[in-house]
Order: sequence, then structure tokens, then C-alpha cells
Amino acid sequence: MFRISSTSLNPGALRRELRDSRTGGYVSFEGRVRNRTAGREVCLLEYEVYRELAEKEGARIIAEARRKFAIFSAACVHRRGRLKIGDIAVWAGVTAEHRGAAFAACSYIIDETKKRVPIWKKEHYATGSSEWISQPAPGKTHKPVSKRKS
Amino acid sequence: MKRIQVQYFAVLREQAGCSEEKIETPADTPAALYQELCRRHGFTLPAGGLKVAINDDFAAWDAPLEDGGRVVFIPPFAGG
Repeated sequence: MFRISSTSLNPGALRRELRDSRTGGYVSFEGRVRNRTAGREVCLLEYEVYRELAEKEGARIIAEARRKFAIFSAACVHRRGRLKIGDIAVWAGVTAEHRGAAFAACSYIIDETKKRVPIWKKEHYATGSSEWISQPAPGKTHKPVSKRKS
Repeated sequence: MKRIQVQYFAVLREQAGCSEEKIETPADTPAALYQELCRRHGFTLPAGGLKVAINDDFAAWDAPLEDGGRVVFIPPFAGG
């Protein structure tokens, strides 16, 4: 299951959707809005989503994870809209018989989601400026797509 | 001429000043269409940094454009 949500994410409720009595290991990841990025104070994040393609590509990632790893179930939900510091932007959860596969699959899902799912993030800074952020090259910090004031 | 529905997100939406538009174009490929839209809207992102989707799936820049199709030019993104 991969979906886009316009409302706040509830990890407890999402975890219950994955309940399976065969499960020996459950791993989840919560990506949260932090208050600083590259030394700049962030006050708000805005996520914009190409929903049709995001949900299609996300479903492909979940299907790949189920093929590659010995897991029972996997899910990922990403927010759209305006988020405050501390809000959960993305949640991924995996159940498996053993923890190794659950950790590996969860990591795969979140990495691929960031790389392949068309979701844009605009950082709004305490200074009043804002920037669209693009995926960094390996080892680099996020970089702005283009500078503009708003 | 083909009628194409173009949808914009993020920085392209801001530069176009709209989130979608219907256009009539002689362009046969997304590459040609993007060049035309750069002239119309003054887009600053080079095509090399973008991806393109036709009818809600990733497509090649030289894929054929068909009348009534939906095209999205996808600027660099960063979910999570």
C-alpha cells in the first residue's frame, strides 16, 4: 500500500493496518520536519504531489520490496500540503518473520520513495524567503532548485 | 496541430502562473513541446534536469505526442 495523505499521519493506526500474527519483526520509519537545514532556520514545509504518478510509482516500489525481501507486508504514506516543525512527512512500515528483512525493506522503500516519487518540497525560512528543494547527489546536502523570494 | 493538456508542479507551476493549461501545438515530442513552453513562459530549468510523464506515466523525451494527451514536465524533486 502506498498513498498520499492531506491530513496528519497516525503511526499507531498505520501500524495496525500491517498486523499479522506471523510477524516476528516490525520496522517503521517516520520522516519528520526538522527546524534547520544546511544551517538555515526552517519554519514551515510545503509538499506538492503529482498524485496520479506518485501513487503509481509508490505502488511499484512496494511491489519491488515484496519481491526483493522476505517480508509479509509493507506500506508507505506521504503527506502533501503545509507541515509544521515536528510533523511526520512520510511513514514507512514493514512486517517480516525476522528483523533483517524488515530493516532492509524499510530502508529500500524510503530510499526509493525519495528518489523516484514525484513529490516536491518547499522550505520556508525564518527570514521570510523560501526555496524548492531537489534530491541531493550522494554525499551532498539538499540544494535549491532555484532561488526566489516569497 | 494537437490539443495537449499540460500540468505544472512546483517551480514550473510558479513560473507558468497556472497549474494546468490546454494548448494547441505542432510539437511531435515532449522535447519540442518543452522548448515551445520555455519560449511562452520563460522557464529557467533546462530540459536535461527534468523528467516527463505522458498520461500519468514516465515517458521518453522523444516519445510521440498524441492529440488529447496529458503531459507533465517534472522538475527535480525531493520527497521525505
